[in-house]
Amino acid sequence: MHNQDIIPHLFRTEFRKIVAVLCKAFGIENVNMAEDIASETFLSALETWPYKGIPENPQAWLYTVAKNKAKNLLARNSLFADKIQHGVKISVPENDEIEIDLSPQNITDSQLQMLFAVCHPLLSTEAQIALALRILCGFGIDEIANAFLSNKETINKRLFRAKEKLRTANIKLEFPPESEVSQRLQPVLTTLYLLFNEGYYSESKDTILRNDMCLEAMRLTRMLIDNKQTSIPQVNALLALMCFHSSRFKARKGANGEIILYQDQDETLWNTELIANGIFYLNRASVGNTISRYHLEAGIAYWHTMKEDTEEKWENILQLFNQLLMISYSPVAALNRTYALAKVRGNEIAIIEAEKLNLTNNRFYFTLLGELYTPIDKNKAKQNLLRALAICTTQPDRQTIQQKIDKL
Amino acid sequence: MSMDEYVLIFRHEDGQKVASPEQMQIWMKQTMDWIGGIAAQNKFVSGTGLPFDGAKVVGHNGVVTNGPFGDIKETIGGLITVRAESVDEAVEFAKGCPVLQGEGNTVEVRKVAKNDGTH
Repeated sequence: MHNQDIIPHLFRTEFRKIVAVLCKAFGIENVNMAEDIASETFLSALETWPYKGIPENPQAWLYTVAKNKAKNLLARNSLFADKIQHGVKISVPENDEIEIDLSPQNITDSQLQMLFAVCHPLLSTEAQIALALRILCGFGIDEIANAFLSNKETINKRLFRAKEKLRTANIKLEFPPESEVSQRLQPVLTTLYLLFNEGYYSESKDTILRNDMCLEAMRLTRMLIDNKQTSIPQVNALLALMCFHSSRFKARKGANGEIILYQDQDETLWNTELIANGIFYLNRASVGNTISRYHLEAGIAYWHTMKEDTEEKWENILQLFNQLLMISYSPVAALNRTYALAKVRGNEIAIIEAEKLNLTNNRFYFTLLGELYTPIDKNKAKQNLLRALAICTTQPDRQTIQQKIDKL
Repeated sequence: MSMDEYVLIFRHEDGQKVASPEQMQIWMKQTMDWIGGIAAQNKFVSGTGLPFDGAKVVGHNGVVTNGPFGDIKETIGGLITVRAESVDEAVEFAKGCPVLQGEGNTVEVRKVAKNDGTH
């Protein structure tokens, strides 16, 4: 028996590779079959490796088994189709020597093409993210349900409908023509951005899972960067943004899962390597003349990696938020802009601006007002924090707000 | 102290249940650690997994069916043979089997018959 350990996440990693390559060979309409073959391959490993030892080259072992399973299934299907004139529609070459190419190049190409197919604008964003997690990241239904704080049935239905749509819309696994790459990349980037946020902001208690989702989003984004055609500045900006954000992953949640606000974070927990990577990709993004929301958000995140409060830092953050809100409004950005404004121009001015936002169903709105009023008017600060508490839904965050009230 | 051999037979309530790749890898690691722990006491004899695909059931009069799926959901997923001083020790080994994490799954402990007239 070999004493070597199996690479962490080997099955998950190989799941997505095998599925992508099989879909490339048989068409994305047969994605369920591809998933089954991949799962059965791991089952075979489970039935063999513990008793016979881990093979010398586990990856190659898995590929051989997956290929054989695919070939057997095809042989059975073509028999079936001959007899009943119906069955899974797979075109088997005449000489029945079907080539399943598990070379690194074809694996990468298939995964990239899969990324474009999964992020097809015909699919709802929710469906895109669920499909990406399943097919491109190799997550199980349980894990996806956990991340979305949903249940297996809902996720299964969502995946089922999404796959139906892929099939009926006749979406092909192919690379978009060069003239369309930039346009087709937009929904891909949106999905990767949301996938990352899903992990970063998810209220799921499973820290490892949330971290994995962020890492997966980064891996897929890096895959686009490693490909010459798709490594446009926007993609680099998105990866920079992800690097900066994830550098604070460890610092932003407390022992009980409560969110630790930026100003209260222990910066020694920030990951300096990720910050350095972020700067690298942000530099690479700073070519050409398109400024995307990812550029602006990466810029904001960059300034946040400097813990020290300087006028320069907050002035820059404020200006970047001003630009971001012009091209892509969101309540969170509006609230954060107001916070930056307070840092630059003082709380009085920021309060006037904040009250204009009127985001009365947003607990962060009232927390922000509470913060801004604290040094000026304790009564008003308390009023606002109580309103935040009233609409806050998660226990750890209620605690954070309660602590603020107690401190007044 | 005389040692007997016992077979631990893993019964799955539903062998067709699909787990996530990550979960399967976790089970694999646990199975290897479990067997490794028994082997470290020099009490592991042999073992094998039993793949579900291509399985057949031969019935009375030689009727062959694809199985064991269909009529019965319960299937045997694998077995190991261990050396133990008593059935209780074999049962203790069985308790650590990762298969038992699945609700409804069981591990059957059976003594291997010896050909020395003692039984």
